Amino acid sequence: MRGPTRARGTRVRAARAAAVAISLVLVTAGCGGGSGEAAPTGDGRSSSATAAVDDGTTLTMWTRAGTEALSRAYVDAYNATHRNQVRLTGYPNEEYPAKLASAAGARALPDLFAADVVFAPQYAAEGLWQDLTDRLATTGLADRLAPGHVRAGTWEGRGYAVPHVIDLSVMFYDRKLFTRAGLDPDKPPVSLGEFAEAARAVGRLGGGVHGTYFGGNCGGCVEFTFWPSVWASGGTVLAPDGRSSTIASRQMADVFSLYRALYQEGVAAPASKDEAGPTWLAALKGGKVGIAPGPSAWLDLIEKAGVDVGVAAIPGLDGGESTFVGGDAVGIGATSAHAAQAWDFVAWTLSDAAQVEVVAKGKGVPVRTDLAVNAYSSADPRLVTINTIAAKGQTPYARNFNASFNDPQSPWLRAVRGALFGDAPAALAEGDAAITASLRQQ
Amino acid sequence: MRAVTGSGPRGRRRAAAGLLYASPTLVMVVTFFVVPLGLVGWMSLHRWPLLGTPTINAPDNYTAATGDSLLRSATWFTVKYTLVVTPLLFCLALAMALLVQHRRRGTGVVRTAFLLPMAVGFASASVLFLGLLSDEIGPVTGALTRLGLVDGYVSWVSGSPGSALGASVVLVLWRFGGFMMLLFLVGLQAIPTEVYEAARLDGASRRQILFRITLPLLRPTLALVLTLIVTGSLLAFDQFWILTRGGPDNSTTSLVMVVYRNAFVRFDLGSAAAVSILLLAGLLAINVVQLGVLRRRSR
Repeated sequence: MRGPTRARGTRVRAARAAAVAISLVLVTAGCGGGSGEAAPTGDGRSSSATAAVDDGTTLTMWTRAGTEALSRAYVDAYNATHRNQVRLTGYPNEEYPAKLASAAGARALPDLFAADVVFAPQYAAEGLWQDLTDRLATTGLADRLAPGHVRAGTWEGRGYAVPHVIDLSVMFYDRKLFTRAGLDPDKPPVSLGEFAEAARAVGRLGGGVHGTYFGGNCGGCVEFTFWPSVWASGGTVLAPDGRSSTIASRQMADVFSLYRALYQEGVAAPASKDEAGPTWLAALKGGKVGIAPGPSAWLDLIEKAGVDVGVAAIPGLDGGESTFVGGDAVGIGATSAHAAQAWDFVAWTLSDAAQVEVVAKGKGVPVRTDLAVNAYSSADPRLVTINTIAAKGQTPYARNFNASFNDPQSPWLRAVRGALFGDAPAALAEGDAAITASLRQQ
Repeated sequence: MRAVTGSGPRGRRRAAAGLLYASPTLVMVVTFFVVPLGLVGWMSLHRWPLLGTPTINAPDNYTAATGDSLLRSATWFTVKYTLVVTPLLFCLALAMALLVQHRRRGTGVVRTAFLLPMAVGFASASVLFLGLLSDEIGPVTGALTRLGLVDGYVSWVSGSPGSALGASVVLVLWRFGGFMMLLFLVGLQAIPTEVYEAARLDGASRRQILFRITLPLLRPTLALVLTLIVTGSLLAFDQFWILTRGGPDNSTTSLVMVVYRNAFVRFDLGSAAAVSILLLAGLLAINVVQLGVLRRRSR
């Protein structure tokens, strides 16, 4: 009897161990998928009833921490003047897509949620937002909104999200370090070659000062700051339909080659190689970096840290300028039962009052192209620079953008690391094929 | 046995009472284990969108998994990590348990010190290590530089695949060493002291006592600890997600991170479920073999 007893014991133990394993796998796999029913989009009711309602409803809204400040400014101003009350919750950037996916699977999306604009095509395609096409048409603002953002929120001809926050990539430079290095702080570089020379000049100051800084272990940071140089040089990164990569281009190789040289020469701070995003802002506002591209939304934060910061456009290899028109798009959660009230908030955020008195007043970039020049921007020439650049920028469009470019396991990050620190030609060629495969993955 | 399973009104009443006692556990197991497991299996046979109607696509999710290069590299890394962590954590915990096995002056303090890391949540511990090892804000690089052991900028968590793995292993040893020690300690204290006394009277050396008495009588605990370490290592996620983000260059991307990516980045729940089922099958096979071997040796 000992044999069978032992065998049973073994089976029981194995089953127990398996139970632990299964439980852990299930928890991490987020097994709370949907029940399989069609999502209650609310369109049946809302597509005909496009009116905004301000009846004292409490609305929930989610956003990512990176852009929470402006969302909160919107919300505070709206709550102060409306009967509806929006309750805003910010989530860490990296965890936010997972939070939305879990909520969608549980059919518990908030009434409103903003998301990184490059992820908007995926969310629109997955049906996470309600259809806003008819509602937006009633405002008459559709052709006055940032076009790249509007396209990002469009899937199969229908609009699901509108621009919420605009964040551009620009070149920040430390005017004091420029002066110390013998450079003219009123003449920022107008080509990538001049940028490199300026960085080298500042880098020669020593004493812990470095010429430049970049997020070499962060796919999102690199696309945000390097791609404008590619665009300004006449290159592309994606096919217009977002289903093919075009990164294996001469322009992309030359841009990477320049940054690679700056790193190898020690002009770029050594931490650039490992910068995954979390300490990027700290590096730029530390007063130890001469010139580096970064998000325009950080202008205020860098300035408040005591840096005498100048702003310039990100140049192309031989001149020209461009920017990555990033930021957030906002839409009404697919499972929201308060679409009319949520639309009241969304429509208000697009109004002159919100765009000038909330966004422009807070040194932000208006999402309305017709309000790029306003009373507040005219008072600060740097804001005029930022708002002018916006018209020259691009917002890449791809359904599988996150998996292909931003995720730490994306083929783009692998290509970036190879192009900056490894076998550059092979990295871009292999990356091009891998990214195209990822973009086409269903 | 007859009283419980026997026929007749009394037997049936006792069987019903037994079922009643077991029913709370039964409900929990069915609700939180059997049903989710069935759902994951069912999902793995479908294209399962976040919202909307799933459509059957079997066996696409499984065939796609076989051609996934990230999954292949993650599988190899997870196995490598398990092979590195298992002997290290096992030996460390056993050594710590043997060190504090007997009550002496100061033993309580040492036991507490060994156990303290358990009080820190694993995610918090990972963030703690991220800060400690940071060149910008952490003291480790500075201290090692002053000791002359490193020179200049060092990136512990993403500088190289080796250092990223090393940092994660040290974190796991620090966080789980005390817990595994506690399990060993319970096993050690279950061994009757008379056995040790008899061995000493027979002139057994310390080495003989360890290998002829302690370890053989500790086999059930050894099996438990090994199972926990291997299972935990194959399901590793937190330390890599927080400390290394799977990098550099995907060199520390574990299997569960691939499950996470498929579910929450690609929104492909069917594919995530398929990888989970494959991982589960692998875990079951490893545990069955592992426990089978340990049971045979204990005969």
